[in-house]
Amino acid sequence: MKVNLKIWRQAGPDAPGKLVDYSVENIDPSQSFLEMLDTLNEQLVKSGQEPVAFESDCREGICGNCGLVINGVAHGAKGGCTTCEIRMRQYNDGDTITVEPFRARAFPLIKDLVVNRTAFDRIMSKGGYVAMNAGSAQDANLQPIHQDLAEAAMDAASCIGCGACVAACPNASASLFVGAKVSQYTWLPQGQVERSTRALKMVKQMDSEGFGDCSNHAECEAVCPKEISIANISRMRREFSKALFAR
Amino acid sequence: MINLKEPQVSSVCKKMLTGITGLSLVMFLVAHLIGNLTLFAGPDVFNAYAQFLHHFMHGMFIRIAEVGLLGFFALHIWSALSVQRSKKKARPAGYEVNAYAGGASKKSIHSLYMAVSGITILVFIIIHLINFKYADHDVVGTMTMENGIEVTNVYKLVVLTFQGNFGLVLLYMVAMGFLCSHLLHGIWSAIQSLGLTRPSTIPYLNLVGMAIAVALAVGFLLLPLLIFMMRGTFDPDAVPEYGTHARLMLAPWMLG
Repeated sequence: MKVNLKIWRQAGPDAPGKLVDYSVENIDPSQSFLEMLDTLNEQLVKSGQEPVAFESDCREGICGNCGLVINGVAHGAKGGCTTCEIRMRQYNDGDTITVEPFRARAFPLIKDLVVNRTAFDRIMSKGGYVAMNAGSAQDANLQPIHQDLAEAAMDAASCIGCGACVAACPNASASLFVGAKVSQYTWLPQGQVERSTRALKMVKQMDSEGFGDCSNHAECEAVCPKEISIANISRMRREFSKALFAR
Repeated sequence: MINLKEPQVSSVCKKMLTGITGLSLVMFLVAHLIGNLTLFAGPDVFNAYAQFLHHFMHGMFIRIAEVGLLGFFALHIWSALSVQRSKKKARPAGYEVNAYAGGASKKSIHSLYMAVSGITILVFIIIHLINFKYADHDVVGTMTMENGIEVTNVYKLVVLTFQGNFGLVLLYMVAMGFLCSHLLHGIWSAIQSLGLTRPSTIPYLNLVGMAIAVALAVGFLLLPLLIFMMRGTFDPDAVPEYGTHARLMLAPWMLG
């Protein structure tokens, strides 16, 4: 199959950018979207042009490194999967596909489709940890935890920090990411030590990074590769109010 | 405790403020609608209700309510507009292609244009206040109730305002359309902003919010629409027959 691409090209953070037209032929429908971009880059390199810069690492939906806005939807229109998990069979022969980077002031563009997502790391450094020694693997089994709580904590902890929630949010808010990261500790005993300050510190860092405020559009949940519920944002707000009055 | 050294209000606090004030305003709308619907019980009940509102607690109730409402509106508008401002700052360069992801998303024209519907509602409220609160009440005169109390004939005012005035009825229809749009996203969003949702309750709360939005808009439209369409039923010069409800509302202990 053949697809026409409109890809955002921008040489550097301050350089002007624009959508550039490309076309890729002889695509196998079972190829992934990123493999199709690899094919394009091979074509570009062979013809002496600058390849398109994009990020990827594991290419199996667990590392959170890849992330493109495809036809206006973060990670492409499939839901519950990362960009690397998109297969070309979801497109028709001759389709035109627009590929753009994640857009947010807090995610400054580095080059083409690559953005700097270290804002998430700075939020994590404010409370996304437990300061106590949680022991090694076998120690976890000494503390009886109800299966439902473990599952709930895991649902939130499955966030891979890809930033699609920010990219999809009409306000560029990081509430789903912070909501998931605050929530994952609330159900488990190890998370109780910093509980009274965690939400306050992480929300404060989120605000100072320049993310927008949440308007409850829930677009983030729809594009989240791990299908993390916006109920975690609700929980973050509860934790925030508790922490506000607990101190 | 809240750190007073940092004047910047947290995004979570702003959302909670928008939510609390928004839900309070919805509760006011429910009370307002119930009050409106007393018109269908007859001029005596409607006029008695208006009299009751204005004299309850020696007239203090209505003054406290007005100041409270004004405060809630101001806070709601401030916090909501501040969320809007953050939106522009947080994404200086937009997307070339914008789409809806579908699935769990609740993004819609209603959620995207809350500021537009909100500002339209504000303009409507000003027109609405001019229509009734600041209308010339002397034109409609007073009505003597069974127990001898003279009350302003607000029933006549309402009936005369809508009867034969298609333009105004149309304006109210458009305004209620915007109100419905605002609340279709607003009610559920306020509940979510206050942190009152769980994964299992989100779909239901969303539906309940939308149902309340439609019920309020339709409920408010009943009055102008029925008065406009059923001319014979609503007589501005109706001589009331006093019923139990009117008597109850005008009882001396109710008027304080």
